[in-house]
Amino acid sequence: MTKKNRFNSSERCKMDFFIQLLINGISIGFLYGLSAMGFVMIFKSSSVLNFAHGEVLAFGAFLFLALVTSAQLPVWLGFLVTLAGTFVLGFVIERIFLRPLIGEPLIQVIMLTVGLAAMFKGGMLLVWGGNLYTYPDFLPEGLGISWGIVQVPPVYVAAVIIGSLFLLMFGLFFKFSSQGIYMRSVADNQTAALSLGVHVRRVFALSWAIAALVAGISGIVLGIINGINVHELSSIGLKVFPVVILGGLDSIGGAIIGGLIIGLLETFTGGYLSPSLRDVVPYIALVFILLVKPYGLFGLVEIERV
Amino acid sequence: MKTLRFRPCGNFKVQYREELDVFETDFGRLWAAIGLVLLFAVLPWIASPYFLYVLNLIGIAAIAALGLNILVGYTGLISLGHGAFFGVGAYSAGILAVTYDVPFLAVVPLAGIVTAVVGMVFGIPSGRLKGLYLTIATLAGQFIIEYVLVHWESVTGGTMGITLPAPSLLGVAIVGDMSFFYVIYATAVVMIFGAVNLMRTRYGRAFVAIRDNDQAAEGMGIPIFRYKLLAFAVSSFYAGVAGALWAYYMISITAEPFTLGLSVEYIAMIIIGGLGSIPGAVFGTVFITLLNEGLRWVTDTIMNMGGLAGVELTMAPLREFVFGLAIVLFILFEPRGLAEVWRIVRSNFKLWPFSY
Repeated sequence: MTKKNRFNSSERCKMDFFIQLLINGISIGFLYGLSAMGFVMIFKSSSVLNFAHGEVLAFGAFLFLALVTSAQLPVWLGFLVTLAGTFVLGFVIERIFLRPLIGEPLIQVIMLTVGLAAMFKGGMLLVWGGNLYTYPDFLPEGLGISWGIVQVPPVYVAAVIIGSLFLLMFGLFFKFSSQGIYMRSVADNQTAALSLGVHVRRVFALSWAIAALVAGISGIVLGIINGINVHELSSIGLKVFPVVILGGLDSIGGAIIGGLIIGLLETFTGGYLSPSLRDVVPYIALVFILLVKPYGLFGLVEIERV
Repeated sequence: MKTLRFRPCGNFKVQYREELDVFETDFGRLWAAIGLVLLFAVLPWIASPYFLYVLNLIGIAAIAALGLNILVGYTGLISLGHGAFFGVGAYSAGILAVTYDVPFLAVVPLAGIVTAVVGMVFGIPSGRLKGLYLTIATLAGQFIIEYVLVHWESVTGGTMGITLPAPSLLGVAIVGDMSFFYVIYATAVVMIFGAVNLMRTRYGRAFVAIRDNDQAAEGMGIPIFRYKLLAFAVSSFYAGVAGALWAYYMISITAEPFTLGLSVEYIAMIIIGGLGSIPGAVFGTVFITLLNEGLRWVTDTIMNMGGLAGVELTMAPLREFVFGLAIVLFILFEPRGLAEVWRIVRSNFKLWPFSY
């Protein structure tokens, strides 16, 4: 009898562990998807692989931190100012650094974003150092879900709510607003869009600005969950790669699904195999995806002719 | 021998084989000889120990950067995993020297070969991928190798690392910066000689053809997958040899330096030096290494002057920032790098005073 009970409880414990991992994985994966979304947006409109994405993300998190703690702004105002700040940052990056490189070979563009990443990272480390910061507690207590054995901390709920909200907004933006339609047209066929009078350069600038804004949001949410640290946050920018490759480099929906898969893969590896393998398993998956299905689940297969 | 020519005043080549000349004039040959004499007979004797140390770092990094330039600059395959390959070279040298007790003379080429094999494994995705996708695959390779170096403890010693014995060459112990200078630069000269001549062969021309248009190259009958793998192997061989020398020079190695940051540093070297140029790789290495040491000197001076608390922590970020800035500025203003600057300066001298 006692033996059976113990068995039951350990079985139950395993189940709890599994569900907790599942929830963690989904929330983390959702955030990866959100971070990857901005990345995909840039790639889709201008075919630039942005290695500085993680740094922009970290910049958003730190800007919010500075506004909320040093400048003592209320949280909602700080959030709005951060959004505006990252939007402007994305715009400025495109204007100063990427615009002169339109039509240059691939390696120049990639290396420019790598250089930008090093610059931003170094700059942020100079200002904030490598310390771990946390935001003041501003999430309402009632946000957490306690549903039987399932415990969802309030930050995850907030992450999913904010994420879904912005996903919906961007969906509507791309579907109905004229700028969104321009952006889709440029992504579809740049030359055709140009000949039909779409202001392609403005579309590039706008997509960088929006991508930076999305990165800023995901930076803030990741900062709420894991704390704010330059190294941690900028490494998210590299973890975006497995996500977007799995989802397809030019598919926004794919980014979310890829994010969920990679997030689950990561948490389950960390939970069941070994915590140290956790950080490298997305990249192992990445190599296999590239070998088997290079254009991802939802990516467009490039056809090339000489 | 032809008559001594000092200056070509136009392109008078009548046969294709003349295009393969390494030196257009005997003047260049003379300069190369003078340079070699200066390098080996004069420079180490007048250099201070610190400067000698910097020179050695330059020599090692130049070998690795040269390898990366073969892959990126000549074959057009952008790799973000060169730092990890360098680490593989260092670790295989350590393992060969400590566990298997292989002599120094054999360790260096063997480490190169081991690294070449590892490089080929991570080059397999290039069969289906190119451009952005391949870059991402090499990025994954960087992380996977880094993980293996730290966590395969039975072989790599984990975070403890490996301590190498002092190398000896034909019974003579190589100790101190001076003797390492000769070993490193002799290797570097051999490797540069190899690279220059590799680019004159059909293999080198195939690499360039793949860079310019891989599908057209395939149409011309070049088996591109095989050549891409070969480019990965050659490039990793260079990285492995450099890593092995580095491991001996540093005596003890851990996995710490072989990060993505190092890979970016090598990419920065070849971008700043000039893609697809052998002198460019050397120029870029000199530039980056001197920049590194210059920044160290600046932060040291500031620290000693002001005695500010916490300044010592800003060395690494400042370095990263200046690196990034250098890459960005070069791409924006001189995308062909220092090699192009060098060419412009030279042709200005050559054409003076009628520069048109």
